Amino acid sequence: MAENLKGNDKVFSRRIDNFFIGLERAFQFVKKFFVEVWIPPYEFKEVIRQCYRIGYNSLPLISLTGFIVGIVFTNQSRPSLSEFGATSWLPSLISIAVVRAMGPLVTALIAAGKVGSSIGAEIGSMKVTEQIDAMEVSATNPFKFLVVTRVLASTFMIPILVLYTDFVALMGAFLNVNVNEMVSISTFFVQVFDSISFLDISSSMIKSLVFGFTIGMVGCYKGYNSTKGTEGVGKAANSAVVMAMFLIFIEELLSLQITNFFRQL
Amino acid sequence: MKDTVIQIKNLSKSFGDMDVLKDVNLDLYSGENLVVLGKSGSGKSVLIKIMVGLLKQDSGSAIVVGQEVSQLNQKKLNELRLKIGFSFQASALYDSMTVRENLEFPLVRNVKNLSKKDKDKLVEEVLEGVGLIQAINQMPSELSGGQRKRIGIARTLILKPDIMLYDEPTAGLDPITCMDINNLINQVNEEYKTTSIIITHDLTCAKVTGDRMAVLLDGHFGNTGKFEEVFEHAVDGRVKSFYDYNFIEQ
Repeated sequence: MAENLKGNDKVFSRRIDNFFIGLERAFQFVKKFFVEVWIPPYEFKEVIRQCYRIGYNSLPLISLTGFIVGIVFTNQSRPSLSEFGATSWLPSLISIAVVRAMGPLVTALIAAGKVGSSIGAEIGSMKVTEQIDAMEVSATNPFKFLVVTRVLASTFMIPILVLYTDFVALMGAFLNVNVNEMVSISTFFVQVFDSISFLDISSSMIKSLVFGFTIGMVGCYKGYNSTKGTEGVGKAANSAVVMAMFLIFIEELLSLQITNFFRQL
Repeated sequence: MKDTVIQIKNLSKSFGDMDVLKDVNLDLYSGENLVVLGKSGSGKSVLIKIMVGLLKQDSGSAIVVGQEVSQLNQKKLNELRLKIGFSFQASALYDSMTVRENLEFPLVRNVKNLSKKDKDKLVEEVLEGVGLIQAINQMPSELSGGQRKRIGIARTLILKPDIMLYDEPTAGLDPITCMDINNLINQVNEEYKTTSIIITHDLTCAKVTGDRMAVLLDGHFGNTGKFEEVFEHAVDGRVKSFYDYNFIEQ
C-alpha cells in the first residue's frame, strides 16, 4: 500500500516536472520566433504562399459557417425580442454579437481545426521524415522557413477572415430579417453600423491577431516537437487543435475583461 | 601522406541509459571512400549526424576540416555544412516542392547573386548527372524509391560539397537499383572529387563503393581495413556472421 502511494507520488511528480519542462520549451519556442522574425533573410515568398493556403483555402468553409451562424442566431434571438415587441432591434443585437464575439470566435475555432491541424501534421511529418534535418544540413534555417512564415501568415490572415466572416454572418442575418420583417438592406446596415463602435472593431481585430498568432504558433510547436513516427504526427495534429481551441477560449475571456475595462473608462 | 578530413577522437554518445557510441576513434583521409558497417541501431547514423552538428556528442571530439563541430557557432556551422553533402536514408525530399524546387532550395539560400539562367543551368546539370532530367517538374510522391535517392543525392551535389555522407544509400531498394546507386556514388566521387563516408549494412554496396571498411560493433570500431582484410579473413565471430548473413541473403 505504502509502496503504491510512493509510486503514485513519483508518477505525479514526474507529470509536474514534464508540465514545467514543456512550458519552458514552449516559452523558448515563442522567444525564438520573436528573435528570428527580425533577422534577414526574409522568406517573403513562403509567407505569401502560406497566406494563400491559410486564407484563400479557408474561404468556402468560413463562408458557409458564417452564413449559417448569421441565420441561426437571428432565428434564435427573434422569439425573445418579440416578447417585448423589440424585433426592430434585431440588426443591432446581431451586429454587436457578431462583431464583438461570434465572428472572431467562430473563425478562430474553424481555423484552429483546419489550419492548426494541417500545420501540425505537415511540420510533424517533415520532422519524422528528416526533411527538417535536411534543411538544417543544407545551411538553411528551418525555423525561419517553416515556423516564422506560418505564424506570420496565420497572424495576418485570421483578422482578414474575421472581417469576412462578420460580413457573411451579417448577410445571413439580413436575409433572415428581410424575409421575416421586410427590412431593406440599407435600413439593416444603417442599424448595424449605428450599433457598433470603434472599440468593438478594434478590439475584435486585436484579438483576432492574437488568435491567429496562437493557431500558427501552437500548430508549429506541436509539429516541430513531434516524435515517434507517424503516430506522433497524428498526435501533433490532434493536440495542436485541442491546445489552440483551449487557448482561444482563455484569450477570449481575457479580451472580454480588457475590453470591458476600456468600455467603462 | 593524405590530409585528414574528419577526425573522431574518443567520442561517446548515449540516449538515456543506452550507450550507443563508446570512445569511438576514426580518421577519414582526403579522397577516400570509407564504409561504416554495423547492425541496425549500432550508432552508424548517429555518428554522421554528430559530424554535421545535427546531434551533439556527450564526450570526445568530432573534428571536420580542422574544426570541432560542437564548438562552432551557427554561422561557422553553416559554413562548414556547405562543404558537406548529406544523403538521408529516406531521401528527405521536401514533399510540397517539385524536384526543381527541391534542388533550388539550398541553392537560392546559399549562393548569392545567382541569375535565373544560371540557377536553371545548375539544376539541369546536376539532374543530368544523376540521370533524372525528365523528372524536373515532378513531385517527390510521383518518384520511385531509387529515383528519390538519386534526387536526394543531386540536391546535396548542387552546392558542390567536398565531403559526402551517405546514410544507408541502398536501404529498401531492389538489387538492380542498388547497383545503380552504388555506381552513382562512385561516379560522384570521381566527378566531384569528394571524400565520402557511406553508412550501410549492405556488403555489396560496401565492396563496390568503399576503399576502406570500418565495422561498428557494440559502440566501438572493431575492424578497419580493406574489404578482404575485414571480411574475407575475419577472425571476430560477429564480423564473420555479418559477412555470412549477407552472403546467404544474396
